Amino acid sequence: MNSSILKTASNYLLPILLLFSVFLLLRGHYHPGGGFVGGLIASIAFVLHGFTHGTDATLRLLRIHPGVLIPVGLGLAALSMFAPVLTGQPVMTGLWIEEPLPVIGLIGSALFFDLGVYLVVIGVVLTILFTISQYSE
Amino acid sequence: MTDNTLIFPVLTHLFTAIVSLFFWQKTVSQRIISIVGSAVAMGLSIELFVKVWTGGILTLQAAGWDAPFGISFVADVFSCSMVLLTSFSGFAVSLYSATGIARARMLYGYFPIFHFLLMGLNGAFLTGDIFNLYVWFEVIIIASFVLMTLGGRKAQIEGSVKYMAMNILASAFFLTGIGILYGITGTLNMADLSLKISALENRKLVDITAIFFVIGFGIKSAVFPLYFWLPSSYHTPPSAVAAVFGGLLTKVGIYALFRVFTLIFIPDNFLSTLLVALAIFTILTGTFGAVIKNNIRRVFSYLIVCHIGFMVGGLGMYSEIALTGALFYLFHDILVKTNSFLIAGLIRKLRGTMNMEKLGGLYAEYPLLSLLIAIVFFSLVGIPPLSGFWPKIYLFEAGFMDRHYVLIGAIIVGSFATLYVIANLWAQVFWKNPPETPGDSPLTDDFKPMTRFRKALLVAPIAFLAAITLYVGLGAENITLVVQHIAREMKDPSPYIEAVLSKNIPQ
Repeated sequence: MNSSILKTASNYLLPILLLFSVFLLLRGHYHPGGGFVGGLIASIAFVLHGFTHGTDATLRLLRIHPGVLIPVGLGLAALSMFAPVLTGQPVMTGLWIEEPLPVIGLIGSALFFDLGVYLVVIGVVLTILFTISQYSE
Repeated sequence: MTDNTLIFPVLTHLFTAIVSLFFWQKTVSQRIISIVGSAVAMGLSIELFVKVWTGGILTLQAAGWDAPFGISFVADVFSCSMVLLTSFSGFAVSLYSATGIARARMLYGYFPIFHFLLMGLNGAFLTGDIFNLYVWFEVIIIASFVLMTLGGRKAQIEGSVKYMAMNILASAFFLTGIGILYGITGTLNMADLSLKISALENRKLVDITAIFFVIGFGIKSAVFPLYFWLPSSYHTPPSAVAAVFGGLLTKVGIYALFRVFTLIFIPDNFLSTLLVALAIFTILTGTFGAVIKNNIRRVFSYLIVCHIGFMVGGLGMYSEIALTGALFYLFHDILVKTNSFLIAGLIRKLRGTMNMEKLGGLYAEYPLLSLLIAIVFFSLVGIPPLSGFWPKIYLFEAGFMDRHYVLIGAIIVGSFATLYVIANLWAQVFWKNPPETPGDSPLTDDFKPMTRFRKALLVAPIAFLAAITLYVGLGAENITLVVQHIAREMKDPSPYIEAVLSKNIPQ
């Protein structure tokens, strides 16, 4: 797309949208938000970048193929699900640290599950959209 | 008793799938991971079965939320024998896939999806929550849809459109049923539902709700009149995939029927008559289809429909003997149907076609292999003392006791038709001399030039399943023990309900 306004804007929007997606991810435990929505916002950021700079430029920016994120995210989610088994509790039980960390707050295994979902969503959405856009080019 | 081990078969397949995703495009590693993962899952399933058989029902409240509110996983003897049979079939198919699936399909992620499918199957067998059952059904549908279209030939796409359309329809009915059920009882836990439904006064409303489940599960397990998607889709994917579909996918529907109609909706006169009538029509339509078809896999597809009728009929009669017979048939059917499709795939490798008219002379060329296949086919027909014979005795006994003569007639017709079809198949494929002019496409033997290792990988799973089938037939008394135990548990679900609802959470 040859709109220089959009092109310039997308450079600034990319980090802001990514930051917003992380905010949504962390907010998700008690409020609307979470890994799925966060992942969608993050992938929108990259899709917007891809629209204006071309898919290849976005892939270069990402360094890894987004498909790699799918097994990484799935593995992270599955491990956080499995972790309580090691401590003898029923599967999927939330494990929490005792003291809240500064800035981030109380962290539990649920965060890693959400993080896994976040990565899977980015991986799936970008793989699908980039495959389509590369075919159509 | 709360125990994490009951979820391990599900987790094993999940982790196997994830690990093989990391080896995307590396087909050799994926094959090894898949076989190892299936073997581990088989070991864990055996351990689970032994644990439940000796120690009683195991439950797991996911995340530690108490029973009627959280999601329960329950392993009673029925669930864990289904998990055990799934793991046998899964292991055999994963072994067979190592050479039976084209490399191009593996590159598109055959193995991860295959394990997601097995994960869904195990989850469906182990869950004790009806909405969670629906979620596992969705996992199964999505995975099976990918497996069915993988490769993208025109026939495959056509088959999977029918498959997908019917299964989505079934899910819609199932989900509507769950919605109504939740509306009238306010719970989704199956044990809790069992108590609340039996206390409900408005029986007509309960019957109507039950109809939704009959239709939903009926479509999934290919019961008359909505069975036609099965024969028109199961012959299109590669044989290893068709084996899982034929052996396990329709049986999940049957499992759900058994679970829901022995725990939640106890069949009254109306439901019982409905199920028996459906069973009769299912047997007859399956029979007629099987008799006229010429392609081996289409014949087997119709036989699936026919034999689904036996099990639904057993459920419809709803006496302890009838349930015993139906469950025994279910166990036998999972092993034999999986194996039949694997054999169909092997025949295709041997001759390059599955059209019975073009085949012939296999016995002269491969006598030992034919003998192995004969064991499977004789079990399928039910020649005593092989495994298909015993359940029919129970079904007949139950039928005579409750005067279901039409159903008995249908089962006899179905059995003889199976005999005729298999005898015809045997005569055409194994005994008949190969036709002089094989037509426009010359027959090709892909099997002969293979290395011994690859040949073994194709034949070993068939031999493995045949050995288990032989055990089911010859050791029928042990199977009967298990099956009678399950039938008793079905007639009196109070131990199941007690196990789920007792507050037994480790601190």
